[in-house]
Amino acid sequence: MGCCGPGAELALLARDARGTAEEVLLASRVVADGVRQTDLSVPTVHCGACIRTIEKALGGLAGVESARVNLSTRRVTVRWRSESAPPPFLETLKRAGFEAHLFDIEPDKTDGALSELIRALAVAGFAASNIMLLSVSVWSGAESGTRDLFHWLSAIIALPALAYSGRIFFRSAWRALRHRRTNMDVPISIGVLLAFGMSLYDTTQHGPYAYFDASISLLFFLLIGRTLDYMMRERARLAVKGLAQLAARGARVLQADGKQVYLPVSEIQANMTIMLAAGERVPVDATVTKGTSELDVSLVSGEQTPVPATVGTVLRAGTLNLTGPLTIVATATPDNSFLGEMVRMMEAAEQGRSTYRRIADRAASFYAPLVHLTALCALVGWLFATGDFHRALTIAIAVLIITCPCALGLAVPMVQVVAARRLFESGIMLKDGGALERLAEIDTVVFDKTGTLTLGRPRLIEAGSMDREAIGIAAALASHSRHPYSRALVEAAADLPPSRVVFDGVSEHPGFGLEARSGAISYKLGRPEWALARPAEAARMSGDGSVVLSKDGSRLAEFRFEDFLRSDASKAVTELKHTGMLVQVVSGDRETAVALVARQLGMPYLAAVLPAGKIAHITALEASGRKVLMVGDGLNDTPALVAAHASMAPASAADIGRNAADLVFLHESLSAVPQAISVARNARWLIRQNFALAIAYNVVAVPVAVMGYVTPLVAAVAMSASSMLVVANALRLRSPRKIARRPVAEAQLSAKAIIEAAE
Amino acid sequence: MIDYFYLIPIALGLGLTALAAFMWSLRSGQYEDLDGAAERILHEETDAPLRKNPHTP
Repeated sequence: MGCCGPGAELALLARDARGTAEEVLLASRVVADGVRQTDLSVPTVHCGACIRTIEKALGGLAGVESARVNLSTRRVTVRWRSESAPPPFLETLKRAGFEAHLFDIEPDKTDGALSELIRALAVAGFAASNIMLLSVSVWSGAESGTRDLFHWLSAIIALPALAYSGRIFFRSAWRALRHRRTNMDVPISIGVLLAFGMSLYDTTQHGPYAYFDASISLLFFLLIGRTLDYMMRERARLAVKGLAQLAARGARVLQADGKQVYLPVSEIQANMTIMLAAGERVPVDATVTKGTSELDVSLVSGEQTPVPATVGTVLRAGTLNLTGPLTIVATATPDNSFLGEMVRMMEAAEQGRSTYRRIADRAASFYAPLVHLTALCALVGWLFATGDFHRALTIAIAVLIITCPCALGLAVPMVQVVAARRLFESGIMLKDGGALERLAEIDTVVFDKTGTLTLGRPRLIEAGSMDREAIGIAAALASHSRHPYSRALVEAAADLPPSRVVFDGVSEHPGFGLEARSGAISYKLGRPEWALARPAEAARMSGDGSVVLSKDGSRLAEFRFEDFLRSDASKAVTELKHTGMLVQVVSGDRETAVALVARQLGMPYLAAVLPAGKIAHITALEASGRKVLMVGDGLNDTPALVAAHASMAPASAADIGRNAADLVFLHESLSAVPQAISVARNARWLIRQNFALAIAYNVVAVPVAVMGYVTPLVAAVAMSASSMLVVANALRLRSPRKIARRPVAEAQLSAKAIIEAAE
Repeated sequence: MIDYFYLIPIALGLGLTALAAFMWSLRSGQYEDLDGAAERILHEETDAPLRKNPHTP
């Protein structure tokens, strides 16, 4: 993956990754005596030179024992001596030119699953190759003494390999059986174990045929599929976790004796006094007792314009303090806060949703009884026909092996792994294969507005027609503030030559704007009624979205801001409509703002909807037989994400939203939504093809097996051939870009077909 | 035919050695950062992989 890989664009989305010493301490863990470890996510690392720069910069800090970059996961692991305060990692990296944010260290539990799979795969691979070598000489006609010896050797190799590599399947099969269900692992386990047991018996009886090679290579093929599947999910999970955390880790609490301590959010209780600096997120629901500021509530309620806060204002957990420091008193514990409420609604929605059974499991519930019945029939039939129990059992087992869903077990995961890979290449993270199956069934798409259809941050409009000098001055002033409008001004002036005006002192007046002096001249940037000397002039201006730059009280320039649509938003919506989707906007923002966006994109809308309302809307849609894809980013969308049939979130979404969504897209463009859906549909088509191939194979092979013509050689060739066919078919899945270039006529045709089918 | 049977334990032994070597390389963290390892070969500093437990040899 080069500089242009999906990870490189994460940098654009990184918000303020503030990491105070206390936060670093909270996110670190003890790894040895007196040594703590901190993991940092650095999305922009991409080459050998970066590794050197970072390791040198961090390694040079006092107290750092070692710093190690992992280029594959774009992470840095720093070990530092815990006697002193944590060294300034984030600041050092920023000076070296890398945006970084803290990465929560979790227990190594999940690492274990992957290495267990890889070890099982290695053992199965070793055993399969060696048993195959011995089998080849048996097939080429070894004398009976040699054959018996080779069978015994095979058994000795197969037994430990079966016990070690097979337990992954046995465990899962046992779990399914205990809950009175079947999955793919049940026929696999039964087939493998019976084949081994029968072959062992035959070996003791000096029989000519043994199926050790079949049972072990079956395990080997299936483990490949399983390992790839796991790696795909793990990679998506890590990539999503590597995004900047948007919730507060802790807060500075003022104690009764006047001391300030930094407490993790979970330990904050009602009535505690919290000092909230500008740029921090509100940790729990609280009331302001001192100070004035403005708050960015877009992630919480979907409202775009910042909300002023003064003494007595009630704050919701998760909102971002923008301009001034505040002293707040917690009114609820974290569990009873807005965030906790959302989590509870999520859980309720989860329970309400009908459980989805994956295609493979549904196939297995038909397939497993059928296979077992066929084998049983073969056993009984041959027993009656010949009266030779041993012969009948051998044939029954041959049926089990030949039908053992090697191809079937690979049919689904292979396609899904390839699909996830294609999606990953275009910056879409797929959390698990089941989500891909659900996404293919979607016929309705519900969008949130702020942060999903729009970028969630304002931009200066009509910048081209304005006085460049004025923009320069305004941007120089604005660079002292973190208000979204100030950010937008700085961004707009990025290409312009820097202003020559030198300021003596800049002060920010929360709720009003910025003020600065340059010699005897006073500049003000902010609300019209505050910045202008004559309030009458201010009254003529439209209120909310405008900011004025004034020089000694007279107007220099007026700036207007608007939240912009994501690039390709209208194209994406049109594309979705063309494929016959019902597309809607459901937002928590005010009617006027939602109507504007909805009209621009030509879709129906619901405005000022509360989180519970969003769930109700989606449940009603689902109840009317529709399959809903929810695309949203805010905390208020999170319960709806869970309630929907499938869900997507942008990388800039709130933490729990990102974790709840089935897919996360990293790029700015909204065309990720139609892309993901078309990949999912293609994947479904390929999965069906693979099933058809597997069934066709069985139709040919089962009669041969029932007739008793299957020798170990035939079984080995048939199994490998069908597996390779299925894998090759999966690789045909095209990447989204190529799909997007498909002629429109075809898309319209299929849209018509879908509408007709719906009627 | 029987004269060549001594080759079988040798073949199995070689296979087991390879398996053991793979297990060791997996355990010692050599697959943790494949992209990074390709770059680190050009550096003069130490290029041993990061260990899970820093103070065990």
